[in-house]
Amino acid sequence: MAAVTLRALRKTLGENAILRGIDLHLNDGEFVVLVGPSGCGKSTLLRTLAGLEEPDSGQVLLGDRDVTLRPPRDRDVAMVFQSYALYPHLTVRENLAFGLRLRKTPEAEIARRVARVAEMLSIASLLDRLPKDMSGGQRQRVAMGRAIAREPSVFLFDEPLSNLDAALRAQVRVEIKKVHQTLKTTMIYVTHDQVEAMTLADRLVVLSAGTVEQEGPPLEVYRRPASMFVASFLGSPAMNFVAATVAPDLARVTAEGLSLGFDAARFRGKVSAGQSVMVGVRPHDVSRRPDGGLRFTVDVVEPMGFEAYAHGRVGETPFVMRLDGHDALPAPGDQLSAAADVDSVHIFDPVTRKALG
Amino acid sequence: MKPRRIAWGVEFLSHAIAVAAVAFALYPVLWVVSLALNPAGTPAPRAAPWPEVLSLVNFRAVVSSSNSAGEWLFGRQLLNSVLVSSATAAVSVLIATPAAYALARFRFVGERTAMKALLATQMFPGVATAVPLYVMLDTLKLLDTRAGLVLVYATTALPFALFQLRGAFEAIPRDLEEAAMVDGATRWQAFVLVVLPAARPAIAVTCLFAFMAAWNEFILAATFLSRESAFTLPVALQRYVGEYDAAWGRFAAGAILVSVPVMAIFYAVQRHLVGGLTAGSVKG
Ligand SMILES: Nc1ncnc2c1ncn2[C@@H]1O[C@H](COP(=O)(O)OP(=O)(O)OP(=O)(O)O)[C@@H](O)[C@H]1O
Ligand SMILES: [Mg+2]
Repeated sequence: MAAVTLRALRKTLGENAILRGIDLHLNDGEFVVLVGPSGCGKSTLLRTLAGLEEPDSGQVLLGDRDVTLRPPRDRDVAMVFQSYALYPHLTVRENLAFGLRLRKTPEAEIARRVARVAEMLSIASLLDRLPKDMSGGQRQRVAMGRAIAREPSVFLFDEPLSNLDAALRAQVRVEIKKVHQTLKTTMIYVTHDQVEAMTLADRLVVLSAGTVEQEGPPLEVYRRPASMFVASFLGSPAMNFVAATVAPDLARVTAEGLSLGFDAARFRGKVSAGQSVMVGVRPHDVSRRPDGGLRFTVDVVEPMGFEAYAHGRVGETPFVMRLDGHDALPAPGDQLSAAADVDSVHIFDPVTRKALG
Repeated sequence: MKPRRIAWGVEFLSHAIAVAAVAFALYPVLWVVSLALNPAGTPAPRAAPWPEVLSLVNFRAVVSSSNSAGEWLFGRQLLNSVLVSSATAAVSVLIATPAAYALARFRFVGERTAMKALLATQMFPGVATAVPLYVMLDTLKLLDTRAGLVLVYATTALPFALFQLRGAFEAIPRDLEEAAMVDGATRWQAFVLVVLPAARPAIAVTCLFAFMAAWNEFILAATFLSRESAFTLPVALQRYVGEYDAAWGRFAAGAILVSVPVMAIFYAVQRHLVGGLTAGSVKG
């Protein structure tokens, strides 16, 4: 087990600056989830941590050991690849034992760990199979088992579930959480999946174009996004943004078809009367209310069963709101009146796109 | 009913065509077999590809051939062929494997130039270099030796093997060796423990091709070998149909004896040829 520290990590691949100064500290035993759009450098960051890429500058520390220039084998990290990367010519048992053999672990200890991992992940019946004779979900487990058997000080997961179907994903997600609760090892987990990000993370790190955009407990990041980028990246459907003006009373923002109260205490001193801002409201935070401050025109309704999403406009700005699935659904062209709680109204600077409060 | 009958007709026709094609391909082979089994030793002017009298005298004559000094020539020549072909396969694959891996995985100065140069050597017919090679072998005192022949064969087998294996290594996902390295392997261990086993089918095939090319090669062998006891089998075989008499029966028997080992090897390794071993290592 070890804490992980990244200091001013930079990496250029070809012409592209992939990592542009990453500073990050992970406490021992923490489960950190990295999210970010495709190509923002998540895999590169993991690979740099694993020692598969050498950073151009900056430092990687495991515990208090500087491993920046050490090869992967000296780092005691285990990585679960998106492709699983199982050794095709070895049985599951030998795949699990591979790393232990290389480290000259005694046979008895290897057998003990293989058995333990096999039981933990319910793959005991697969031990003598070759990777080609298993399903995607089974391979995924073996890939995870191979990492666990090593008992490393840090686990790296690069989108380990993205090749699984939805049901299996949900199941393995819970298993990963269990594994973490059992082993209490530091884990860094890259994903595109919001649910994985929200449910697994002790701490969420949002990357954007090679820099850390925001980090913190997942709920906090979700509730208080530091920028429009983070706000639109987390949550589905994404947050709505409407260009608006701060009212003279410093407690409302107004725009065509929109007049919403915001948390005056939160934004005190950060906004001024008449200032142009971007207002952000999540579709889930909007509800129908007579005399609400939002005048919403419906274009399309997507019923999902227990809920529905109405796509339409507020003024001229595209807008999405959630509707209760039990209510009578509006028809295209209908005008709805809706409102949002003061807590759920976010205000961003339209130029820097950072949150103002 | 009607579509059924049409389907049946199409089926019948396609089988008939296939059978005809097989017969066309097999006819000369049957002729060779027939010649080999015919004690008369001359091709009879007949269309039917089977002999009137069956006998193994031709085979016996070929296998027991010996020279005036009483040396068992056939055995000697078989040994030459086996040693030269195996050594060619071994040398070219041993050198090509690490080279191909480097070309597949690393970017280094001169990489492209190296590939182009190798490609250029492939465009040359081997025979074109026969004269300079002869001079070189003569200077090195390697004419009429197995080593000389292996050297010559390896120069053509090697680039081919390199291309084959480079393709094979490129097809092996990088993730595999990276996983091995994260698991604690050095690059060399990752290569030996993970990449090589995954490339085993390709290596087997490459070996086989190098072996066969050497086994069947005639022109260069005939150019560089003049002592009967140094001959490889194809050269020995050719001597049966010399200028003055043509022992077609023995020639045919010899041809069969030369091809049998190759066929046997093919059968032995065909299991490796089918389906790559990387199946199942990544995704689904
Ligand atoms: N060898 C390379 N040379 C140049 N650019 C590269 C190389 N490898 C990756 N890149 C670029 O680096 C960027 C970051 O890649 P990386 O794989 O880290 O992204 P990612 O965040 O993991 O994306 P994804 O979510 O799609 O997996 C991408 O824009 C990619 O095109
Ligand atoms: Mg990636």
